[in-house]
Amino acid sequence: MRIGVVTFPGSLDDRDAQRAVRHAGATPVALWHGEHDLHGVDAIVLPGGFSYGDYLRAGAIASLSPIMAEVIAAANRGVPVLGICNGFQMLAEAHLLPGGLIRNDHGTFICRDQKLRVENASTAWTNGYATGAEITIPLKNGEGGFVADAETLARLEGEGLVAFRYLGVNPNGSLHDIAGISNARGNVVGLMPHPEHAIEEGFGPDTPAAMRSGTDGLTMFTSAIAALASV
Amino acid sequence: MPTIVVEVMPKAELLDPQGKAVAGALGRLGKSRFTAVRLGKRFELTVEGEADEATLAEVRELAESMLSNSVIEDVVSVHVQRESA
Repeated sequence: MRIGVVTFPGSLDDRDAQRAVRHAGATPVALWHGEHDLHGVDAIVLPGGFSYGDYLRAGAIASLSPIMAEVIAAANRGVPVLGICNGFQMLAEAHLLPGGLIRNDHGTFICRDQKLRVENASTAWTNGYATGAEITIPLKNGEGGFVADAETLARLEGEGLVAFRYLGVNPNGSLHDIAGISNARGNVVGLMPHPEHAIEEGFGPDTPAAMRSGTDGLTMFTSAIAALASV
Repeated sequence: MPTIVVEVMPKAELLDPQGKAVAGALGRLGKSRFTAVRLGKRFELTVEGEADEATLAEVRELAESMLSNSVIEDVVSVHVQRESA
């Protein structure tokens, strides 16, 4: 199983995402923004960071890069695509996911271990969780406020397309506490928090059991492998 | 060469944290008459040849599709900048 991770100018978490893919049991494949070649990967991760310095709008210029034409075509074929943080912003800008991300309502960058509830455990990236599972993974962003018009919000809620919801506090003013969403087919998922930073004991969020022992993010990557194996 | 100006603002119904921060700073300067600030973007596109109606139409299309995101922003103006004499 080969999972591609696209590196854009200004990507920061591409190597962490590659590491997460490896820990989950798949082979990470480095993909480059300037190419039209997906190297035959089975799934794609758009990693976090500040592509193009967030110029124009977060994720906007990256969403127009050569590789994104191929990512969009692959997503429309049903290939699993995960957008993390800046990657979620790219998916929104590319219209693969509805809504948009705006500056945090409190105006400051936020970095914390964030509790989430898995609302939809039937997507390509969440099938390993139980519906309603509570997980903790890091969140770090300045523009993570999810917004959409009332009609889109009603559709997301009505069709069960909210994948993750913030628990405890709403860290950025996201409408309906939405942390992540999926497309109707369930192969494209975007979220602001970072599963790739919670995949290995010693490097994850603190848990009641031990410091930095949280690995709740790994299931997102093993879910994609399971989804691909079942095809 | 002519310049075409595109102005984009965050949607009125959405929170504008940048504008709110500027309004807060104005208050701290004692300029509390100015009760709200909204902060947007202005693009200046230098164009080869004439800024004719076809060019303006092309820029209007780009303004909607690329220079702004209609989920979070509105294009409020597309116009040709007058040449300074």
